[in-house]
Amino acid sequence: MNPAGPSQTGLPAVPQLGRKRRPGESVIKAVLFGSAMISTAITFGIIAALIRPVIDFFAEVPFGDFFATEGRFAVLPLVAATLMVTVIALLVAVPLGLGAAMYLSEYASKRARKYLKPTVELLAGVPSVVYGFFALTFVTPHLLQGLLSIDVGFTNMLAAGLVLGVMIIPTIASLAEDSFSAVPQAMRQGSFAMGANRMQTTLRVVVPAAISGVAAAVVLGMSRAIGETMIVALAAGAQKRLTADPREGAQTMTGFMAQTAGGENPVGSLDYNNLFAVGLLLFLLTLTLNVISISIVRRFRQAY
Amino acid sequence: MKETSDMATPPATATTGATPVTNAHLGSLADVSSGAERHLPVVPESPVMEARDLNVFYGGFHAVHDVNLPYGRNEITAMIGPSGCGKSTVLRCLNRMNDLVTSARVEGQVLYHDQDIYAKGVDPIAVRTHIGMVFQKPNPFPKSIYDNIAYGPRVTGMKVDTMDDLVEEALRGAALWDEVKDKLKQSAYGLSGGQQQRLCIARTIATKPDVILMDEPCSALDPIATARVEDLMMTLRDDYTIIVVTHNMQQAARVSDRTAFFTARPDETTGNRTGLLVEFDLTTKIFSNPSDKRTEDYISGRFG
Repeated sequence: MNPAGPSQTGLPAVPQLGRKRRPGESVIKAVLFGSAMISTAITFGIIAALIRPVIDFFAEVPFGDFFATEGRFAVLPLVAATLMVTVIALLVAVPLGLGAAMYLSEYASKRARKYLKPTVELLAGVPSVVYGFFALTFVTPHLLQGLLSIDVGFTNMLAAGLVLGVMIIPTIASLAEDSFSAVPQAMRQGSFAMGANRMQTTLRVVVPAAISGVAAAVVLGMSRAIGETMIVALAAGAQKRLTADPREGAQTMTGFMAQTAGGENPVGSLDYNNLFAVGLLLFLLTLTLNVISISIVRRFRQAY
Repeated sequence: MKETSDMATPPATATTGATPVTNAHLGSLADVSSGAERHLPVVPESPVMEARDLNVFYGGFHAVHDVNLPYGRNEITAMIGPSGCGKSTVLRCLNRMNDLVTSARVEGQVLYHDQDIYAKGVDPIAVRTHIGMVFQKPNPFPKSIYDNIAYGPRVTGMKVDTMDDLVEEALRGAALWDEVKDKLKQSAYGLSGGQQQRLCIARTIATKPDVILMDEPCSALDPIATARVEDLMMTLRDDYTIIVVTHNMQQAARVSDRTAFFTARPDETTGNRTGLLVEFDLTTKIFSNPSDKRTEDYISGRFG
């Protein structure tokens, strides 16, 4: 039977199903693959660049001197200050950010949302040096010392943490709002039809359903807080100090790195290599916190 | 008083033990010929709910025009008609779910036990605890089977002796207990579509409503799952008043006691289609000897 035959019998010709060349597709695929590879390569490049000076550093300085509470190379005071400032920031940003997200997604009218969401996101565009000066020249003297009569130093972790929290509110609010809005309307209707009110629907249905997005928002906010440099360099002080009192100033890891990098330490010197050791530790710290958060989310996720 | 059902439908809680579910359910379908054997009065006596001069607008669009419709106690009332005829809109007015649509405006009255649920001072949340709703697409919450059932009683603050008993009772009532009793803590999303829909029915009856609204409850289900839901509806009729919107005329003919036929009439100037009630009667009458030509055309498949 010849499949090409039908035309002679008056039937329509057999459709041609042979493979066609589509060069555009291959080009696009290559470009997209390249984009994905470059971002991955840069990440590994950063790690590789960090490793070399770190090896040099630990060749001269024993681990015990690095993971110490005092001494020239002691990192624990910096870690403690970083965590303190981050926790204060999260205490500010998580309730306010999630509250803003819940309002925008579940309560606000369409019109209010149209204007409010861009306004919140505008906060994310303020340069961090501005926040730093805001902490230094307004929050510390006027808000903390003046209005609240708290006995804080000129530089202190409280002001740095509060302002850092304000800085990451838009990150948390915006991402959390996206994940709330992505929860299907049918789920809210189901809840309302059971006689639930708006607050119950929001807290018991929408938030649990969006929990992975919420966690992503908080983790991203936390990562930004840990990595933020300018605010803490200005407002938290340049004194390496191990203290549990947020009213005191204490240098954070990023603050230390900015100070050391901006100083007069020659490339390859011990202080220069110390900078990389702190940097790698900061990287590992962020990574660990991200991994922990992701695994927590996996456990409590309510997929829909 | 209307006579009690003479069909061999067991009480909602009696589907216990080793009773094989599948065959009995499928078999019973053939024995049931709607409300014909129920000897109902021509007009429902002391209706549980009643729409009076109901008009619904979405913004400037007149969606439903002057609907007057009583819903008899312990009866199944079907609302049928072509797409856009306003039947779902009317259904959503009956428990004020249209409140959630900001542009929706309702005129006229919806009486529930002779109280207008649209009167000033009526709490829509209280309305919905008495008038439950099952939706077109099964919409379980992303929670466990148990928590799906417990949700309503929890949010409405229902007084329950033990939640476990209530969950079991609701699941038995929805003929789902035997299938899920060993996996109550598992996600509701592991259930099949038909099971999810019966879970949604169980969830609704857990709050002990008076009326259950069903918005095309079987349109996303296969014929076997549909048969089980229909069977369940006829069982539930003994304890609840059921109002169902359906596109499936056979379904209306099989399960309902009374049928309301809606159609849409295009506005002469704007072309917008406004829904209106054409005919309301006993289901047997509607499907054998309708009074209105439009009803006859629709049920005989000449239109819509």
